[in-house]
Amino acid sequence: MERNPLQRQVAYMRRSLFDQGYLDEQFVQLEDLQDDANPNFVEEIVTLFYTDSARLIHNIEQALESRPLDFIRLDDYMHQFKGSSSSIGAKKVKNECTQFREHCSARSAEGCVRTFQQVKQEHTILRRKLETYFQLARQAGLAN
Amino acid sequence: MGFGKYSSSSKISALVADDDTIIQKIHKALLTKLGLEVNVVANGKEVLDLYRSGTSFDLIFMDMEMPIMDGPEVTKELRAMGVQSIIMGVTSRDLDSEKEAFMASGLNDCYMKPLTISKISSLLQDLKKKN
Repeated sequence: MERNPLQRQVAYMRRSLFDQGYLDEQFVQLEDLQDDANPNFVEEIVTLFYTDSARLIHNIEQALESRPLDFIRLDDYMHQFKGSSSSIGAKKVKNECTQFREHCSARSAEGCVRTFQQVKQEHTILRRKLETYFQLARQAGLAN
Repeated sequence: MGFGKYSSSSKISALVADDDTIIQKIHKALLTKLGLEVNVVANGKEVLDLYRSGTSFDLIFMDMEMPIMDGPEVTKELRAMGVQSIIMGVTSRDLDSEKEAFMASGLNDCYMKPLTISKISSLLQDLKKKN
């Protein structure tokens, strides 16, 4: 299939997101559900994820301020976060969530605080990459 | 409204019971794409309310953890009512003991979230043969 330069750029960017481990197969499952009836399905799901996860991040931040730490509550929040991350194929975010939960099991406050920073970092990095990707994909679609 | 068996459609009817809005959207899109008539509720009580009102579905995808009434509770209640619908549990919990307890409530089978075409294709093939 002949692609214009923008489309090639979109395809390259997409490939990079998988090759660099930001996304996994679940993202492809979402892409497979996108069609003429749901032309923006993937972006809608990702937007929903970032809305939902902002709430969970706020809850976890508050829970991390309480003393003593309620590791059960923290684990429960992170379980939800991990589930949402899995749903969009956010591989690195999901992996950091797993690390956090291991620190909850070990009742390590320092571990939880540290890995939560990593969760947030990966969460932000992926959001920026996906925002750029979707913007480029829209431009490529318009150019087509 | 066209819920379940009172719909005029001859499609397989499915109910997605999940409090996670992302999963609701993904599972609805997936099952619709596979040709099912899909409805969504956010907790187990809403599932029971539908069945008590006389509505039924060929297939229920039941989340394990939901507010108000969770998957195991509502599955037990449905089976106690004599409901024969196929009930597939969906969960993100990976402990065998939790999945076994959920299965014991009366599920036909249990899947890890999120559902994918490959996970449910054999189930749908069996249903379509029966229909």
